Amino acid sequence: MIRLVHLTKRYGKFTAVDDIHLEVPSGELFGFLGPNGAGKTTTFRMIAGILRPTSGTVEIGGIDVAQRPLDAKSRLGFIPDRPFVYDKLTGGEFLRFAAALYGQQGPAVERRIDELLEVFELDRWKDELTESYSHGMRQKLIISGALVHRPEVIVVDEPMVGLDPKSARLLKDLFRQFVDRGGTVLMSTHTLEVAETMCDRIAIVHGGKIVAHGTMAQVQQQTSSEHLGLEELFLKLTGGLKEHQLDTILDN
Amino acid sequence: MLTPKWRSALARLREEQSGSGARAVLLGLVALVFWVGVFGIAYRVLRYFRGVEDIGNLIAAKVLGIILLAFLSILLLSNIITALSTFFLAKDLDLLVAAPISQSRLYAAKLMETVVHSSWMVALLALPIFTAYGIVYGGGFLFPVVALAAFVPYLILPAVVGTAFTLILVNIFPARRTRELLGLVATGALVVVLMILRFLRPERLAQPEGFKNLVDYLAVLRTPTSPFLPSEWTASIIMNWLLRVADPWPIAKLWLAAPLAGLLGALLHRRLYHLGFSKAQEGAERKLRRVIRGPVSGILSAVSPSKREFILKDLRLFFRDNTQWSQLILLAVLLLVYLFNIKSLPLHSGEQVPFRLITMISFLNLDLAGFVLAAVAARFVFPGISLEGRQMWLLRSSPLDPSAMLWSKYWIGTVPLLVLALMITVFTNWLLHASTFMMAVAVGTIVLYTLAASALALSFGAIYPQFGSENAAQIPTSFGGLVYMMSTLSLLTAIIMIEATPVMAYLRMDRYGGQLREILPELAASALLIIGICLTATFVPLRMALQRIEMMEW
Repeated sequence: MIRLVHLTKRYGKFTAVDDIHLEVPSGELFGFLGPNGAGKTTTFRMIAGILRPTSGTVEIGGIDVAQRPLDAKSRLGFIPDRPFVYDKLTGGEFLRFAAALYGQQGPAVERRIDELLEVFELDRWKDELTESYSHGMRQKLIISGALVHRPEVIVVDEPMVGLDPKSARLLKDLFRQFVDRGGTVLMSTHTLEVAETMCDRIAIVHGGKIVAHGTMAQVQQQTSSEHLGLEELFLKLTGGLKEHQLDTILDN
Repeated sequence: MLTPKWRSALARLREEQSGSGARAVLLGLVALVFWVGVFGIAYRVLRYFRGVEDIGNLIAAKVLGIILLAFLSILLLSNIITALSTFFLAKDLDLLVAAPISQSRLYAAKLMETVVHSSWMVALLALPIFTAYGIVYGGGFLFPVVALAAFVPYLILPAVVGTAFTLILVNIFPARRTRELLGLVATGALVVVLMILRFLRPERLAQPEGFKNLVDYLAVLRTPTSPFLPSEWTASIIMNWLLRVADPWPIAKLWLAAPLAGLLGALLHRRLYHLGFSKAQEGAERKLRRVIRGPVSGILSAVSPSKREFILKDLRLFFRDNTQWSQLILLAVLLLVYLFNIKSLPLHSGEQVPFRLITMISFLNLDLAGFVLAAVAARFVFPGISLEGRQMWLLRSSPLDPSAMLWSKYWIGTVPLLVLALMITVFTNWLLHASTFMMAVAVGTIVLYTLAASALALSFGAIYPQFGSENAAQIPTSFGGLVYMMSTLSLLTAIIMIEATPVMAYLRMDRYGGQLREILPELAASALLIIGICLTATFVPLRMALQRIEMMEW
């Protein structure tokens, strides 16, 4: 379970996240949508304990991240938007290191690493340095890293970027089964089709604030847009598409 | 093409200025002290040469030629390595290569960038030296113009040659391979130059009995060091101006060679760049051969899994990066030269050397060893936190205790540093035939000092992190590195000053006769004081660094 209570982050006079209040219970896959610069990544980094909130609290599994960071983080698997890994470690060594950060080691971990690498079709590359991995392979490696310690909660920022259709499908199935087994997933994505088909509930963020949230039907109801699909709804809530700008760019 | 670089540099400068004023003042002060120091030495030496009849001017010209030759070799190495980044690995290249820009314009812009990046340090060092020549020899108000006219093509030539060399190499090897190869080549070249310079024992050249007669000596002075190299032409232009000799040849050679080399470089670039750039995009292979696990893992079996894997990870990253471990070779050679210098001291070559002198040298050697250790810690311990850089998301989102990370990094850096410190101290004192008392003082001091120096390096590296830098060797050259060096050298000075009292008492005791227990109170007081200072300098900075890490945001 994830609970954000009046979560705010300011950088000087600029407010990146503005009083966000949200609860994602166990067994739910929650979509966090919003245009670029809406505050999604900042929110996720605060949940992961990488950024400190200006005010408000974050709870993971009922544990306050600021009060008991190590306990809270041990329940979390965080997948950032950019897959930075140690170039001079092999895929296998990276996963072993990730597991050790959560205090896990031994034959069970080795088996788990092999399973994850096989599922993500990285087993052939296990002993290769990650500097030779493609973007998609690195993405799959950090997803494996977030799963290696069997987290209760997964916070994932733009998981589909760089993945081929087969891996994207695998990830969708994996997240679905994870929440069906009682896990919690909070996911940001720009792929609205993914959000529409995968998420139990969504929130649309704009200018650091949640402008609508709930199930698809609830969001349509809140915005009096029962006839609109998610794409139109998203555009309506986040400023829309300015067609005259396209004319300016495209006309000779 | 250069506008973004120029604007970025200006923006950085503005950021620095809007930041702490103390930083700018400190950096300015250090630069001033450095320049005044170099100028002072050059001025004194040149004044002395000028006073020597007949051969003084010849020696001054010879020295300038040698200095410029040394600079030329540094410039060549620096350009070869810089060109790899600017021409093949820079982040702006995708944009530039995809844009409709002619090959020659791209070459010219990137060559200029290479010249600036590889030559600024040499230019800064040359400035006070040229100034000293201009003042001592009365170069007049036009001298700066002449010096500039001689120095600019001198900088361009090694850049063109270095760039061409890199261009050819990249066409043979993939760029990432080439970078590692070049790192090794550069280190190897530097090692050879150092060994040759030291083991030739240049100090003997200052001894007149080294030459059979004056004619031999004059012949050596008159012969150009390297007649076909731009360093000689540049030196000739400057000395001709200063000594009022009308000889247009050196300037003609230099100003013809630079554009001609540039033209040839551009032609080579047009022919080979596209293929080279394409090859540079190829990823590195790397099936792993070396496995760092078995023995180290065994040693660390008592440590928690997170700390153990953290230490193993740092060791792997260090030993798998050729640009990192190859510097150990350089360090080993520098140490060899250091020990050779101690061995070369004319102390035990016949006559009885006073006990007082040996003790004093042993004591001063402690200072020198402290300086060496501070520099080694700056290079290898200071970048520890900065190197985590972009992977910090993993560490901060995991339940890894920041203090476990800090202490792991501390011991990874401190243990090898302690081994090095003890090796230097014990071996040099053994070479010096120092007394047991001095050996004990030196070993005790160096252990305490090393613990503190390593803590200061790691802590200042955390307080002033350079997360954007991917080059570990560059990280200590930052402002934080400067503050660290100044703090550590202040600590060293304090230790030496405190220890001077018992060492002097020890010497007095030896001179006037007495027992060691008579100086025990002085000895105990200074030992306690040093223990207190060193432990404070170990724990307080580490505590501050921990707070800084806990407050860090990415």
